[in-house]
Amino acid sequence: MRHGGHLDEVVAPLALEVVGLRKSYGSVTAVNGLDLSVARGQCFGLLGPNGAGKTTTIEICEGLNTADSGTVRILGRTWDKDAMWLRQRLGIQLQETQLADKLTVQETLSLFRSFYDAGRSIDEVIDLVQLGEKRTARVLGLSGGQKQRLALACALVGDPELLFLDEPTTGLDPQSRRQLWSLVEGLKRDGRTIVLTTHYMDEAERLCDNIAIVDHGQVIALGTPRQLIASLGADNVIRLGLGEPAPTNAPVTVSVDASVSLDELLHLPDVTGGRVVASGYELRVSSVQAVLPSLLRLAESRGIRWTELSTHSATLEDVFVALTGRELREG
Amino acid sequence: MRLASLKQLTMTRFREFIREPEAVFWTFVFPLLLAGGLAIAFRDKAPEQAIVGVVSTAAGDDAAMRVAKALLSAAQGDSAVLRVRRVPADSVEEVLRTGTVALVVVPTSGGGVEYRYDPARDEARAARQQTDDVLQRALGRADVVPSRDVTMRERGSRYIDFFVPGLLAMNIMGSSIWSLAFAIVTQRNKRLLKRLAATPMSRFEYLLSFVLSRLIFLGLEIGVLLGFGSMVLDVPIRGSIGALLVMAFVGAAAFGAIGLLVSSRSRTVEGVSGLTNFVMLPMWIFSGVFFASSNFPAAIQPVVQALPLTALVNGLRAIMLQGVGLGGVLPELAVLGAYLVVSLVVALRIFRWQ
Repeated sequence: MRHGGHLDEVVAPLALEVVGLRKSYGSVTAVNGLDLSVARGQCFGLLGPNGAGKTTTIEICEGLNTADSGTVRILGRTWDKDAMWLRQRLGIQLQETQLADKLTVQETLSLFRSFYDAGRSIDEVIDLVQLGEKRTARVLGLSGGQKQRLALACALVGDPELLFLDEPTTGLDPQSRRQLWSLVEGLKRDGRTIVLTTHYMDEAERLCDNIAIVDHGQVIALGTPRQLIASLGADNVIRLGLGEPAPTNAPVTVSVDASVSLDELLHLPDVTGGRVVASGYELRVSSVQAVLPSLLRLAESRGIRWTELSTHSATLEDVFVALTGRELREG
Repeated sequence: MRLASLKQLTMTRFREFIREPEAVFWTFVFPLLLAGGLAIAFRDKAPEQAIVGVVSTAAGDDAAMRVAKALLSAAQGDSAVLRVRRVPADSVEEVLRTGTVALVVVPTSGGGVEYRYDPARDEARAARQQTDDVLQRALGRADVVPSRDVTMRERGSRYIDFFVPGLLAMNIMGSSIWSLAFAIVTQRNKRLLKRLAATPMSRFEYLLSFVLSRLIFLGLEIGVLLGFGSMVLDVPIRGSIGALLVMAFVGAAAFGAIGLLVSSRSRTVEGVSGLTNFVMLPMWIFSGVFFASSNFPAAIQPVVQALPLTALVNGLRAIMLQGVGLGGVLPELAVLGAYLVVSLVVALRIFRWQ
């Protein structure tokens, strides 16, 4: 037992518990009554658009910011009583930290390692994040993906019980993102508790056991990726294009003519929901096979030419759209 | 206190500094250039000869010719204290105005002379005395009391001797405040401070590491400047090296703490630059680096004496030039110690980690 000592030290069942969290900056409410609970060993995702309050929430959990009201318990403790105890046990990766340019990878990690009572060896962590070749390279010369892996390594040197990753892959190229994902998957396999924020639904879907969808400072949906998608009552999404597709860069004119209305489409069997999108409709359906024939019949009887007819399996993006009417990247 | 992390933090400061070649260059070379330049300007040289103009006289004025000849002969030879130039009668005002001569001698009819000069100029008044002396003797005045000059030069009384301790103090102030302000504000701007604040790092140790790394460089800085001053400029170090080092270290620690205070809130290098200059400017002017601070009116003396740079300059001068021990500079050490403690306490309290 690394952190043993007190006989009365009971292992808290929850790694993180947030109740009724509120935080305002002047007249802007960043977090508006947010609740979370994260069990040990879980990878928990806060998914939401930019400005949803994810970073404010995670920074309050990290003890870098203070809440206006609400309670936060981390590993069963609170910041006002056990700040140093917690600092020793948390691994933190912030958004937008630039490490010292003139230090090497190894020197940077030695510095961070020196702050912790116990932890992993520098070599072990360098291997883990695959920076062995860059060991003696200065931070200035690292690529974006390498810098981000070094930042992750800095969060890991203290062998944390709970790891906070704030937007770990924002701004990275696809290859670096996948590399970071496989690192996080490795950490999950080790049974580490991870809380991450992201505005990429594919990232949340791939990495997280549980997801809280956050919008306007509140949790608007909570569950496993499967549960969230199932909550749509739809396995697939059909996209219909009407009229001429708008030429690129020209203002989009939504030509939803009287030939078919959203209301009519929603009344088709097996259609569970839908919305108007630029130059067409998006329908959530429980079965593509069942809906397609009715769509084709409708088109034939009315003389409608679908300019686009595509389907995809429902994703967290569709869940967010169904809940808010907006897309994640719209913010 | 976690020694491993204090060592790592201090090493980080050290590495960041030596990996910035320009900063190293200016820290060590700038004071040498300044001292070298001043050494040339204030080098030892023979007492200057005053240049005196004599107005040409009309032919046939015997009395006037006698004066001119007496002056010219007095200007002959190696030991002459005067150099004499002829000046046309219509350009007397011009040569005085441009300063090409210090004094113009105008022979008057009847064998007298008239001295024309600007009494506000020291060298003009000296030239008037010397010229009159030379002329009176040449024309027959006998000295009443026999006199003889014994000259001496005291090491330590030159301007450069006065200036080197001031320069040392100014350098300690500048490099302490600048290096801290720049490093801390850059780290805050890059959110590295926030990242460090998210670790169990001791915040006191973080600030202490800046002061410690300053002391490492301080040893080098004062070594270079004192070595140059002592060997090349022959500036005396009359007090003990130990006392000098203690004074310099206390000064560096005090200015390091002031540097922490200056950089405790700013988010940009531009912002902290303005603040740094604002803090240092009064000290450059009032603290007696370039001339004695006692020249300022009595009314502002309490303020002048309370400035930390005044304390450091006075302390270093007393040790180097008068050979005073640490006991003699206790007031100065106390002033610097007060700045150290107050600045550190306030800086820790108001320091912005994000």
